[in-house]
Amino acid sequence: MSGGSDVVVVGAGPAGLAAACQAAESGARVLVMDDNAAAGGQVWRGEQGEWQERFARSGAALETGRAVIDERVRERGRTVVLATGARELFLPFPGWTLPGVVGAGGLQALIKSGYDVAGKRVVVAGSGPLLYAVAALAREKGASVMLVAEQAPGAAVAGFVRGLWRHPEKLAQGVGLAMALGGVEAVRGCWVEEAMGRGRVEGVKMRCGRRVWEESCDVLAAGFGLTPNTELAEMLGCHVRAGAVETGDWQQTSVEGVYAAGEVTGIGGVEKSVVEGEIAGLAAAGRRAEAERLFGRRAQWRRFGEELGRAFALREEVKRLARGETVLCRCEDVTVGQLRDRAGWREAKLRTRCGMGACQGRVCGAITRTLFGWGPSKPRPPLYPTRFEDLFSD
Amino acid sequence: MGRRITISVNGRAVETREGTSVAAALLNAGVARFRRSESGEAREPLCGMGICMECRVTIDGEAQVRSCQRLCEDGMEVETT
Repeated sequence: MSGGSDVVVVGAGPAGLAAACQAAESGARVLVMDDNAAAGGQVWRGEQGEWQERFARSGAALETGRAVIDERVRERGRTVVLATGARELFLPFPGWTLPGVVGAGGLQALIKSGYDVAGKRVVVAGSGPLLYAVAALAREKGASVMLVAEQAPGAAVAGFVRGLWRHPEKLAQGVGLAMALGGVEAVRGCWVEEAMGRGRVEGVKMRCGRRVWEESCDVLAAGFGLTPNTELAEMLGCHVRAGAVETGDWQQTSVEGVYAAGEVTGIGGVEKSVVEGEIAGLAAAGRRAEAERLFGRRAQWRRFGEELGRAFALREEVKRLARGETVLCRCEDVTVGQLRDRAGWREAKLRTRCGMGACQGRVCGAITRTLFGWGPSKPRPPLYPTRFEDLFSD
Repeated sequence: MGRRITISVNGRAVETREGTSVAAALLNAGVARFRRSESGEAREPLCGMGICMECRVTIDGEAQVRSCQRLCEDGMEVETT
């Protein structure tokens, strides 16, 4: 199978599917690889839609359920498009390791893969438009959504909403979500201070300015925005700046023959991912003139991403929720108290084993970067815990 | 979700549907914990998308499998720790 493709796309979400379609329709032999059981990424997760149907007709090959673990991905094709997406940013607070506390995107993914939330009392907290999408989905599936709490100030969110006229698709999505949420209580400038419960979450302590109260729940979905999955790009040597892969006009990275598209180049949502994927796919197939026609649309969705980042910036208070005894690294059970006075990632790793567990710093590294300003250095293979035999297979 | 299938969770028969992830099936079955952490705490899925490794279980004898990334199959044997 090695070397059989012109273009290898890593990630079958919106950016990856768009890149694969454009490249395959241009006559390139395309292989798409994804860690998940089905194509679609987190946002489309196995659903059918325009791009999925187009992908099915494109002639591109798809390998699912298999993680790309090292740089050997480059041997699978002449050109690589990295569409590895983003993951959720978690921040530690007392009780966040209790069963029943999940990510916001985490709850969405679990519901979409069959988790039955009917009759469950759900609190959704953290930051970003994803919170409302998760709340709407949980409600549609029969959950009682007790509260949606956004940490950003009401004025920042209101300003963002007022600017949505520039992005009519997003305005329509927002109106749809607001209707789906109906009478659900949604508050701004409000965050979770603690999850409480014996053995599993039974309630949360919420804060809005000086007002503090408790809310009972069976599930707390807490996420603080998204962070790009840059590990594979870094392993291949691509420049990363401010946590995102740097790309040029054609979505090319600093490494010859390697492109990047979608959330991995900066958080901006599904439309930005699709247009960047299209540009990368066209450019990888040598159709630069067609790619150039999409630059205007890309600029629009990048602006949307910047507006998003500004409106939902994290307040200092949510970076100080953890106590000394609160676990920060969940794989090795290293506490905030053991880490807060370390000089950096390397010292933290050597002295405490932070980041040496199974997630390889994906969860805790993003946290230490947000809380202390330091995080993992260049990742090492295998990128995921791997069965011995897979290390030596192609 | 697809047809009804049965998996075994710690020796107990659990009914679910084809297309359901193992993590979702375990949550639906009310499993008390997916794994024990280094200090012995009970843990359950956090990220739901294959990143955090909190949902690792043993599936058909293979240890440390991310249950959120694996779909249920009829007759599958799942063990938590």
